[in-house]
Amino acid sequence: MIEVKGLVKTYGPKRAVDGVSFRVNRGDILGFLGPNGAGKSTTMKMITGFLRPDAGTATVDGIDVTVDPVAVKRKLGYLPESAPAYPEMTVEEFLGFIAEVRGFRSTDAKRAQVDRAIGLTHLTPVRKQTIETLSKGFKQRVGFAQALLHDPGVLVLDEPTDGLDPNQKNEVRSLIKAMAVEKAVILSTHILEEVDAICNRVIIISQGKVVADETPASLHARKPGARLDEIFRTLTASDV
Amino acid sequence: MTQISPVFKREFLGYFRSPVAYVFLVVFSVASIGLAFFVGGFFKANQATMQGYFTFYPWLFLFLIPAAGMRLWSEEKRTGTVELLFTLPITTLEAVLGKFLAAWAFLTLAILLSLPLAGTVAYLGSPDWGVIASTYLGGILMAGAYLGVCSLTSALTKNQVISFVISVVACLALLFLGWSVFSEVLGSIFPVWLVDLLSNFSFITHFDAFTKGIIDPKDVVFFLSLIGFTLFLNVVALER
Repeated sequence: MIEVKGLVKTYGPKRAVDGVSFRVNRGDILGFLGPNGAGKSTTMKMITGFLRPDAGTATVDGIDVTVDPVAVKRKLGYLPESAPAYPEMTVEEFLGFIAEVRGFRSTDAKRAQVDRAIGLTHLTPVRKQTIETLSKGFKQRVGFAQALLHDPGVLVLDEPTDGLDPNQKNEVRSLIKAMAVEKAVILSTHILEEVDAICNRVIIISQGKVVADETPASLHARKPGARLDEIFRTLTASDV
Repeated sequence: MTQISPVFKREFLGYFRSPVAYVFLVVFSVASIGLAFFVGGFFKANQATMQGYFTFYPWLFLFLIPAAGMRLWSEEKRTGTVELLFTLPITTLEAVLGKFLAAWAFLTLAILLSLPLAGTVAYLGSPDWGVIASTYLGGILMAGAYLGVCSLTSALTKNQVISFVISVVACLALLFLGWSVFSEVLGSIFPVWLVDLLSNFSFITHFDAFTKGIIDPKDVVFFLSLIGFTLFLNVVALER
């Protein structure tokens, strides 16, 4: 469903993303790992059409994001890093706005989508609260609700469990797992247990390049008995 | 283009979700009417016109419209919501138009809040309604032109203070070109045709005709093309 081919993004003298290629199929939960600054977020921003790649392409359902970004954006749900939202709006108003932009214009359709998203992410107790008054965990869930609202086939989640407490983390993970059956999911994280917990594929990038693309099991098999963070450290040793 | 309306709605209501709208409307009304009463000699002139009120508009707009417009894009950039907005299925043009039109509608509301003043004039005398109507039209068009400049400068930076200062300077330049005092200075240096040409780019030159009851297509075209040009640059600045 997602196909990335030779993506390149350069900031000044630095190549943030240097020829990244991979595929994600329906039913996959791809864990996107790498040290901070390795190019995870930049790659995601190019897939979602926020940044224009300097070279290479990303296609979603066969649509090239550099050719028809709006069509790709219609198919995607995206949770940007740190879940930005309009602070002065209430949860309900904010999700209502997203629903309208996503094409649910009639009052009933809009309400149905908003209620569904609020139900899935357990936001009912704060639905009438303004976003600026919410705790980080709730804010993160608002971002998640916004990404799920139109039930997209492809989800791109930039650090979806960042800032959540262990219970909330578990909840978000089981939610992602439950939904992934008929979706393609990319999630970035630097929590290594997360990979074992939910992902069925792992990509590790270091200095803008893919250094590993395999299942969690074969990642473990690289160094039997070693902890995941040791393997991670070896693979990303050049990126300090 | 149907995507403009949710953006417009969110932006317009956004003013009223924070104290911005109330503070702005009160300050605008107090300042504009205060200038008319105490400096413009609104009653002292003993004439049934709005001249004493509208004559300060170009100067008042110089500070108040950058204050309303500085946050348009810089706020989105600072809070990161720009990433959310541009990963929704919206083109840059639709987003720019939606936000601009919302801010323009808000400024129009601020201007129309002075209508009771027109009622007072009508109660005390018999004003020429045609002149009053054309002046309101001119004021609203001029507000749009100021706002176009501010929206553009706001897209260039995530810092609202920088956005405000650049807006004021840019508007000041467009204002000064037609200010009689400044024109005389220019006239002593440059040939008359050049001074005339420069003053054609000024807000004052084009607004003056409206205050005399003349709706000249070339003045309307001036304001509309300035809006179009600044919004075009606005799109370019955001897509860069």
